Amino acid sequence: MTEFLYAVEVMINGLMAGVLYALVALGFVLIFKASGIFNYAQGVLALFAALTLVGLQEGQIPFAHLINAMFGTELHHFGWHLPALLAILLTVGVMILLAIAIERFILKHLVNQEPIILFMATIGLAYFLEGLGDIMWGSEIKTLDVGLPQGGSFWIEEKTAVLGGDGFYGFFIDKLDIVAALVAAVLVIGLTVFSQYSKQGRALRAVADDHQAALSVGISLRFIWVLVWSIAGFVALVAGIMWGAKSGVQFSLSLIALKALPVLMLGGFTSIPGAIVGGLIIGVGEKLFEFTVSSSWFGDAFGFTMSATENWFAYVLALIFLVFRPQGLFGEKIIERV
Amino acid sequence: MFYREAGDFKTSYAADNQTFPIRLDRYRYLAVLFAAFAVIPFVIDDYWANAIFVPFLIYAIAAIGLNILVGYCGQLSLGTGGFMAVGAYACYKLMTAFPDVNIVLHILGAGFVTAAVGVLFGLPSLRIKGFYLAVATLAAQFFLVWLFNKVPWFYNYSASGQINAPERTVAGIPVTGPNTEAWAQYLICLVFVVVLAWMARNLTRGTVGRSWMAIRDMDIAAEIIGVNPLKAKLTAFAVSSFYIGIAGALFFAVYLGAVEVGEAFGIQKSFLVLFMIIIGGLGSIFGSFAGAAFMVLLPVLLKNLLVGGMGWPTDLTAHLQLMIVGALIIVFLIAEPHGLAQLWRIGKEKLRLWPFPH
Repeated sequence: MTEFLYAVEVMINGLMAGVLYALVALGFVLIFKASGIFNYAQGVLALFAALTLVGLQEGQIPFAHLINAMFGTELHHFGWHLPALLAILLTVGVMILLAIAIERFILKHLVNQEPIILFMATIGLAYFLEGLGDIMWGSEIKTLDVGLPQGGSFWIEEKTAVLGGDGFYGFFIDKLDIVAALVAAVLVIGLTVFSQYSKQGRALRAVADDHQAALSVGISLRFIWVLVWSIAGFVALVAGIMWGAKSGVQFSLSLIALKALPVLMLGGFTSIPGAIVGGLIIGVGEKLFEFTVSSSWFGDAFGFTMSATENWFAYVLALIFLVFRPQGLFGEKIIERV
Repeated sequence: MFYREAGDFKTSYAADNQTFPIRLDRYRYLAVLFAAFAVIPFVIDDYWANAIFVPFLIYAIAAIGLNILVGYCGQLSLGTGGFMAVGAYACYKLMTAFPDVNIVLHILGAGFVTAAVGVLFGLPSLRIKGFYLAVATLAAQFFLVWLFNKVPWFYNYSASGQINAPERTVAGIPVTGPNTEAWAQYLICLVFVVVLAWMARNLTRGTVGRSWMAIRDMDIAAEIIGVNPLKAKLTAFAVSSFYIGIAGALFFAVYLGAVEVGEAFGIQKSFLVLFMIIIGGLGSIFGSFAGAAFMVLLPVLLKNLLVGGMGWPTDLTAHLQLMIVGALIIVFLIAEPHGLAQLWRIGKEKLRLWPFPH
């Protein structure tokens, strides 16, 4: 019984981790739908947003490290602390500027190129942003604090303790994860409403359907691209805040982007609900798999301990899944013609 | 004026089909070979070998391998690091299990092991296409690295979890281990590079290569005109993995000597080799060399310039290098999506018409 309850606890925590994966995956889907670009830089975008947020909040001087190296000065901070909300708003502004810059300097020049070229360009963008983020704000691990609740929820722990026997102390669930789940839900509803009912949202869906048809009814492709990259930047900021609050703002944040790829594959590249469901499946799956193989007879049977399977489980699951359903769970059916 | 076909009469079918139809190209090719085999080994020292020549040659092999898969067959792969790790560990296991066998055979064996693993991970490519496949190859990358990290059999139960190359000789001269001379390191890599590049060049212009390119351009159409996609895709995976495996084996045994798998063959390595072939040029053997040279030289140059020349701290230089690499990739994609190889081709075309371009 207790075993089972632990498994349930692992599952719930997996769901919460899955929400965070889904947040990153959401940004991918948005850009892929609107422009057919497979945006590898989404994870680095989240890292960059989180770095910018911390930097603005702490009043760090951008490029201080570089300026110090060039002119031998000793610059560090402006010496102010911005309130969290103001810092977030400023960061949104920075992400919008970034979206405009990306459109102006990269996408504009790559119209009508093959998808693989665009994909490579976003890898280049990822490298660039990673270096830029480090040079602007320094590469040490930073703590991000925007006033989100942290730590385990005692209320849930107390309420669920009665389920098991004496050895069971109730489910441990991080409050931050609950916040993340709520934020993700709000974000998805907000995005759906935006794309269904607002003028820009409709234009966005039109572009997603057919670039040329959208152009011919007078929708500005360039504006839509800026818009969609801004939204993706905003989603990246949200994901960056959640991950940053959980485990500090550091380089490994951008690796989470890679974790979002199998999520996308499971859900299908073009589906927003797919991103959420895929995220949840991966989150639960990898936690349960780790829980199962690391605690039982697998180690004895193979002569080595199965641990840290989270590194690859998501990818292998997605790979096996795709062999049976190449377009993912909710993706559009791939029709091929000669 | 003199760089053109005119006056270079072909009298046999073989001569008509040769790789370098222009006489000057043939001379240049022979001159490069001569310099590589007969000049550089005598002047090379440890710094040049370790910083530039050996990594350049090894990455060139890896880049040719990946170019066969991505550039010629159109199957995007992000698992290069994992396959290099297979080559390295297979080489290590062979070296320690059969100490009396020649190291060259071990390295070739490592290539064949990697080819088998590559075919295994290539099987899904028959169902999965495009970006989905790229992500699927990430499974290979992460799973293989994890496997070599966790299963003690692969690193012979050593306490550190590292693998160390024992000393092995070719014709009495050590080529692996701490007593290796710079020129021996360089020469063994060079021999592999020349043989493999020659093989790749001839494979890609023959039947196999043409079926790869047909699959790349449009796989359904290729299937309809009679190219067997199973055969074409799996041979591409096998040949590509063979090359990458040999590169991994050389990287471990000859270049580094001791390897910690996550560090040496992580996802960064996959991207590095991918960048080489993008910057060099997809679907070009020359491009693989040019890209490898570029990506090996760039960090060395930047380091010398910024750390040595301007006294900047190394971490700042590392970040700046990331930015420059990223920006260069974007600039290349915008200015010339087909890479250095295309620039080279354009240059040669201009040269053929010079000095009367009309």
